[in-house]
Amino acid sequence: MEELNALFHGFSIAMTPFNLTLMFVGIILGVIIGVLPGLGGANGIAILLPLTFTMSPTSAIIMLSCIYWGALFGGAITSILFNIPGEPWSVATTFDGYPMAQQGRAGEAMTGAFTSSFVGALVAVLMFTFIAPLVASFALQFGPPEFFSVYLLTFCSFVGTGKGNPFKIVAAMMLGFAMAAVGIDIITGQLRLTFGFTELLSGFHFLVAVIGLFGIGEILLSMEEGLSFSGHTAKINPKIVLETWKKLPRYWATSIRSCIIGCWMGIIPGGATPASFMSYGVARRMSRNGDKFGTGQLEGVVAPETAAHAAGTSALLPMLTLGIPGSPTAAVLLGGLMIWGLQPGPLLFVEQKDFVWGLIASMYLGNIAGLIVVLTCVPLFAAILRVPFSIIAPVIVVICAIGAFTVKNNMLDVWMMIVFGVVGYVFKKLDYPLAPMVLALVLGDAAESSFRQSMLISQGDLTVFFSNWLVGSLTGLALLALFWPLISALLARLRSPGAGGAT
Amino acid sequence: MAHDHESAQAGIRTVLVELAVAAIIFALGALVAYDSYRLGSGWASDGPQSGYFPFYIGLFICICSTVVLAQGLLRRNTDQQVFVTVSQVKQVLVILLPSTVYVLGVQLIGIYVSSALFIALFMRIAGKYSWIRSVAVGAGVSVSAFVMFEIWFKIPLPKGPLERLLGY
Repeated sequence: MEELNALFHGFSIAMTPFNLTLMFVGIILGVIIGVLPGLGGANGIAILLPLTFTMSPTSAIIMLSCIYWGALFGGAITSILFNIPGEPWSVATTFDGYPMAQQGRAGEAMTGAFTSSFVGALVAVLMFTFIAPLVASFALQFGPPEFFSVYLLTFCSFVGTGKGNPFKIVAAMMLGFAMAAVGIDIITGQLRLTFGFTELLSGFHFLVAVIGLFGIGEILLSMEEGLSFSGHTAKINPKIVLETWKKLPRYWATSIRSCIIGCWMGIIPGGATPASFMSYGVARRMSRNGDKFGTGQLEGVVAPETAAHAAGTSALLPMLTLGIPGSPTAAVLLGGLMIWGLQPGPLLFVEQKDFVWGLIASMYLGNIAGLIVVLTCVPLFAAILRVPFSIIAPVIVVICAIGAFTVKNNMLDVWMMIVFGVVGYVFKKLDYPLAPMVLALVLGDAAESSFRQSMLISQGDLTVFFSNWLVGSLTGLALLALFWPLISALLARLRSPGAGGAT
Repeated sequence: MAHDHESAQAGIRTVLVELAVAAIIFALGALVAYDSYRLGSGWASDGPQSGYFPFYIGLFICICSTVVLAQGLLRRNTDQQVFVTVSQVKQVLVILLPSTVYVLGVQLIGIYVSSALFIALFMRIAGKYSWIRSVAVGAGVSVSAFVMFEIWFKIPLPKGPLERLLGY
């Protein structure tokens, strides 16, 4: 029950008027970010990060995490009304959400989406409250080999859970590591990969990469489609909300399954996007109305939204407890922690109790605030989407430029942002995944130093990563994930002759 | 290269972009491996040298891009998928070129004036809005950014002659 005491202490920190105001500001900003094309959770928070440097870390993380919840809510609005997923994790929401809007049931779809998002987040936060301290105290015993094997598992999971070409996933990831290595080597003090350019001394900052890859890249992609959007109108009134709430308990089984998928996919670095697809797929297979999915089933909105929000929330668990983010947005928050002078990792739970429990308490309050804001302000947010893209596009470029400049007060970063934008556009079109690249850029230095320390301990012997059951099983899992595409292809080939004979 | 004009839809074929990108990635990987080798990718008396870790990173980049390159070469003649059509390229350039000019403007005359000009001109030319609305939105965004960053949060952004004239 130690956790409950700590949690109540957290509530007392989060409930100050200042922090509550920040919470609402964060949610509203987050929904706007989630609704606008070209701004998403990751780059939205990256741009707003410099504004929080003057706040206390607890207030800052409360506001930024609320932006994150808001962005998760906001993605659903565009999916349902405009058939345009504002965020990648709301793609699966369009499958049934947009048909519902076409039938004039947009209000019902959105109430369902918001409520199930809320349920998913709540379950994930509950899990978070009780599991995070355990994970953190467990991780206190980790040495460099253990940490490196966790990093290895993080990155190999991208290969195992990713749908695309595994070689492209590894190539993108390794490019991230290479970018992280640019600059001064912190251990020997030597210059690496700078080729005589003094501008490269401090290396590539991942916030600039995030703003370029996700912000400018997304704008370029949206421009391909032309300048006009068209969508349905939404009316939400208390009657629709209550009627939808009466229907929702029917889908309890789908909800529970989606929560489990979401929590699991959030902790292992798969993130919200695959979680939402997986949950939609499972719901379609298990539901009695499975064959009607895609024609406007409320259940088809509930499943992906619950999972996306649960995954988005639980992605913060490895970020806080191990210092290893499960998604690009969590990576940006991690970057924020370091800038505020906090060292993410298991010690955070020992040394920064106010910060950790304030954040956890704000997750409960922020999601309640989020639900209230989105249910009451939908028409307002939908109106933002009606602003033509020829106004939105240049304004977002300006916002991104300001964000890139404020990272280090460096003009070169604004140029880098444009370059990263083009890279992001080309990579997205060619299916090179951006998330592992950003995570590698963020974690590159930490992963390298844990690897080098492990090598120092073992004098260059790689078997140190199998030296005890803990590190051995982590490394083993990592290798399994890395070779999973190969293994599953082999299994499919072994199975297919038999299956072919049976049918 | 003659056959890529044969495809029905005018545009750049995905396979060609795929090959070019894989080749660039290979070159980057080789560069990383080379520079790490130069720094020393082995062991010194005090442990792993600076190039120890990045050398293998570079090597992995080269291996993966070689595979992607080979996969691309194998379906070079069969895959007719179009990467971008000519009209899509035009659409993308409509925002990319002004954005690049805008960044140059930020460097030369400061962020506030160039932002106002960029937004107003983009709305006027690409969005066909009236001059009044275009200028109003451009100036509005710039002034609110100025108030927010210079006055409220005290975060200095690049400034030019106009701001200096106003005493900032």
